Amino acid sequence: MSIYASEKLAEIDEQSRKARRSKKWNNLLHMVGNHSVLIALSAIFILPLYLVIVISLMNKGQAETRSLWPHPFVWHNYLEVFTAVPFLKWTLNTLFVSVVGTIGTVVSSVPPAYVLSRLQWKGRQTTFLVILSTMMLPGQVTMIPVYIIFSKLHWIPSFLPLIVPSFFASAFSIFLLRQFFTSIPDEISDAARIDGCSEFKLMMRIIVPLAKPAISAIALFAFLGSWNDFFGPLLYIVENENLWTLGIGLNAFQGLHHVNTNMMMTASALFMAPVIIIFFFSQKVFIEGVTLTGVKG
Amino acid sequence: MSLPRLRAAASFTKKGAAAPPRKKLKVPRLFIFLCLSPWLFGIIFFTAYPMVSSFYQSFTKFNLIESPKWVGLDNFHRMFFEDDDFWKALKNTIWISAISIPLRITFAIFTAWVLTKPKRGSSIYRTIFFLPSMVPAVAGTMAFTYIFNPAYGPVNKMLEAIGIKEPPFWFLDPQWSKWGLILLGLWGIGDTMIIFLAGLLDVPKSLYEAAELEGASGWQSFRYITLPMMTPVIFFSGVTGVIGSFQYFTQAYVASGQVNDYSHSMYFYATHIYFSAFKAYEMGYASALAWVLLVITLLCTLVILKTQKRWVHYPNGSLFK
Repeated sequence: MSIYASEKLAEIDEQSRKARRSKKWNNLLHMVGNHSVLIALSAIFILPLYLVIVISLMNKGQAETRSLWPHPFVWHNYLEVFTAVPFLKWTLNTLFVSVVGTIGTVVSSVPPAYVLSRLQWKGRQTTFLVILSTMMLPGQVTMIPVYIIFSKLHWIPSFLPLIVPSFFASAFSIFLLRQFFTSIPDEISDAARIDGCSEFKLMMRIIVPLAKPAISAIALFAFLGSWNDFFGPLLYIVENENLWTLGIGLNAFQGLHHVNTNMMMTASALFMAPVIIIFFFSQKVFIEGVTLTGVKG
Repeated sequence: MSLPRLRAAASFTKKGAAAPPRKKLKVPRLFIFLCLSPWLFGIIFFTAYPMVSSFYQSFTKFNLIESPKWVGLDNFHRMFFEDDDFWKALKNTIWISAISIPLRITFAIFTAWVLTKPKRGSSIYRTIFFLPSMVPAVAGTMAFTYIFNPAYGPVNKMLEAIGIKEPPFWFLDPQWSKWGLILLGLWGIGDTMIIFLAGLLDVPKSLYEAAELEGASGWQSFRYITLPMMTPVIFFSGVTGVIGSFQYFTQAYVASGQVNDYSHSMYFYATHIYFSAFKAYEMGYASALAWVLLVITLLCTLVILKTQKRWVHYPNGSLFK
């Protein structure tokens, strides 16, 4: 009986060892499978960026031969793009519009988000609903009268139509900030109020520092939004070449003199570079921002 | 004042047995008004007034120089019965929405789903998948029209190398140009993917464990757990996708400029508004187009909203009741 039992036990032991081994084997197979799918997808996502960079380093002749590796490497392209077209001016223009626009958005969106989330007042819910519905409103509906306002102010062509509206708050930023502000416990505000802290001080000294992640997210979205914007500049600054942004300049590239077509890729690579660098440094902020609201700015 | 001290103060007032009855705070009306004033100004001058104004203009003939002239419903009559470009733009827009919205959602679920699989290293893949969505639209479009060019772009060479004998001419072929734009859109799936990824990570692990105990296959647990739990996100992407596709402009405009799109295969609704307003200077007609766009988007959103009860599953109650 006991011999039988020990045999049985050994058998069970053997089986479980086999099962464990096959499970291990299975896990390994799964891992290899998963990673090969992920690597293949990564290759597809990277491919266009890779091609832009290699073509940007080819000479004109080679760039039109469908080759996949520069021969020779023409690093000079990256200097030439600055002399062949006013690339530096475009970059500075884009930077100016983006930085001022970002400041405007942050400064004007924090206070409305604060009163919508940290204070109780009549009409608060309605105001929030109005803000939500303006987020959904297609820009085309308001575009023409806004254009007429700016043209009556003689602001076309100039940077003003691109930066002034950002000082009047963006619905998206208010929404994102409000979501974050709401998550800060009310006790903090109550305590400060009991200590005689004014509402403005409470906002600036206590809530704003606590909401740094959300504020960096809206700053980032605002910056990228204007850096990548094409339609606004297309309406308001196309007429004056001195005001061109990177998007407008790049789109007009083919028509410009003294430019090789492959330099288009050099310019595109330079246009993408800051965004990609910013992304690597602020990935966390960015992804949190997207998941907080479900939309990109 | 530091945060820990504030927290301490807060907990003190809460715990104190003889805490004074919470004083009802006076609502600081002036402060509220001042805080809202930039937004109020913006909504009056950049939203409310323009909406009223463009609604009025949609019934006028208006070229920016002369003052608007009332023409009743002429603009709408012209749109539906005389303007071939309107129909072309509408058809193109509906075509691309019908194909790219489901495709984008499927691809976003798929990429997010494979990202949840590995135990280690998924953040690297996530970064790579997300990166293209950051690329400026103009730069991305220029890159695509170049690398997909049949004569000097390397993409077709690669397709030939893997055995596709006659790869399409992509942006140069009116039959294929929209597919080029769809691929460009799928390349930039990152932001949609992140929302799906957040949704997938929110699905309780216990559900999958229970399914495994019951002997459900991988596909079954995807079909009966993951997919139902994802329906709110799918619903959200559907709504924003419809709104977005009627405003789809930059990529199509840049691409058609690069390749001389004579046949208007990349002429979409938003392009038509832009050309009517700022090339033909028919502001009245363009306003009418914009209002029709608003009505179409509202109708599509309404249809999705109305049908949501049948297929959207909200674990914590509906967002839109």
